[in-house]
Amino acid sequence: MPAASTTPVIEFRDVSYRVAGTQVLSGFNLQVQKGETVVLLGRSGSGKTTSLKLVNRLLTPSSGEIRVNGVANAEVDLIRLRRGIGYVIQDVGLFPHFTIESNVGIVPKIEGWPQERIRTRVQELLRMVGLAPEIATRYPHQLSGGQRQRVGVARALAADPEILLMDEPFGALDPLTRDELQREFLLLQQRLHKTVVFVTHDLREALRLGSRIALMEAGRLETVLAPHEFLHSTDSLASAYVRAFGDGLESAANRGTS
Amino acid sequence: MNVFRFILQNHDQVLELTLEHLRLVGFSTLFAMLIGIPLGILISHRPRFNKPVLASANIIQTIPSLALFGFLLPVPWLGDRADRLAILALTLYALLPIIRNTYTGIRGVDPAVMEAGRGMGLTESQLLFQVELPLAVSVILSGVRVAVVISVGLATIAAAIGAGGLGEFIFRGLAMVDDRVILAGAIPAALMALVADFSVGWLERRLQPQ
Repeated sequence: MPAASTTPVIEFRDVSYRVAGTQVLSGFNLQVQKGETVVLLGRSGSGKTTSLKLVNRLLTPSSGEIRVNGVANAEVDLIRLRRGIGYVIQDVGLFPHFTIESNVGIVPKIEGWPQERIRTRVQELLRMVGLAPEIATRYPHQLSGGQRQRVGVARALAADPEILLMDEPFGALDPLTRDELQREFLLLQQRLHKTVVFVTHDLREALRLGSRIALMEAGRLETVLAPHEFLHSTDSLASAYVRAFGDGLESAANRGTS
Repeated sequence: MNVFRFILQNHDQVLELTLEHLRLVGFSTLFAMLIGIPLGILISHRPRFNKPVLASANIIQTIPSLALFGFLLPVPWLGDRADRLAILALTLYALLPIIRNTYTGIRGVDPAVMEAGRGMGLTESQLLFQVELPLAVSVILSGVRVAVVISVGLATIAAAIGAGGLGEFIFRGLAMVDDRVILAGAIPAALMALVADFSVGWLERRLQPQ
């Protein structure tokens, strides 16, 4: 048994995914280490969302396996697996008939936490994602898009999962709010050191948030690079991205927190 | 007015037939909900059952009610008592709106909400009872409302096979060519339909999710 520090938290082993005759993902190999944020970057249809959903088994691979903490995720009880993985999506998907407090506290509640502990945890989480505690009694439709996505992040963190899967979480937000949430994500990540897989098609976001960037194209992993390497990469696809996004990328790669 | 005098004079019988009518409608709606809501849930989760279930419920609707009452008469046990038979027939008619609205209501739940719920590790039954049904409840109830109103009307025909209810007055009035007697059945039935429509509608709005 290898030491815990060398076992990747998430590992894709030769994963392929086919649906209705279309090869969505082929021969995908990737290791995500503890505490890092790996950004899956690519255009629509490149297979990045599919890869994410294979981790929490919203999809099942056609071949290959995904290991979570060294164990094939297919062997783990589905519900246990998912409750240990935070999941944030672009459309947030808050329960419209639940208050913010119930939304954030849903996993702790079904995990049987006592009421008082849930309440304290929800308050803590709301503060953590920059929301006023008063918001707890409101309903999702009473919140702005940015506030809703903050709630989405709080909900994903509720039971303190080790892994966070984020599928274009800031994609639907206006540029100012997106910038704010990216900044807060970095601050949060400095504190929490979650293992994060983050899907985006925005290179600027990838450079800013990623410890490493996994560039995907047509269901294949093109290359995996650190943000600074990415900027000066000779890989034709990576340099095409850099050209397409133009100036100002250096500062994004400097994590834009300053 | 002659009609109202007639109703007042025969208030015992009007009340009795109204209660019989209510019983036919109440039981049939209850049974239709007990069968229709689970079927609606089934077809929204298992699309391959969708066509056969909805098609069967549709076909039942196309059978003329008098014919259906007639068809069921020779069935043992059921045919023994006209009210059982009427309740069965009314249940069958009430199925379609309830199944269809349960299906529509559940399918109408935002897919992002379901994906988030599934991704967080809610079990299928937690998703059903905590997300799908609460979000679909007002659509389901509007199906129940349609079913009740249809049943109140159809139940008058059950009198033709001797199941009782307000149809007794209507058929008697027709035979006697006496409008007062017909109206003594028709007016309470219409009122019952209105009250049912209003009260289920009220419940529907109360349970409407935010």
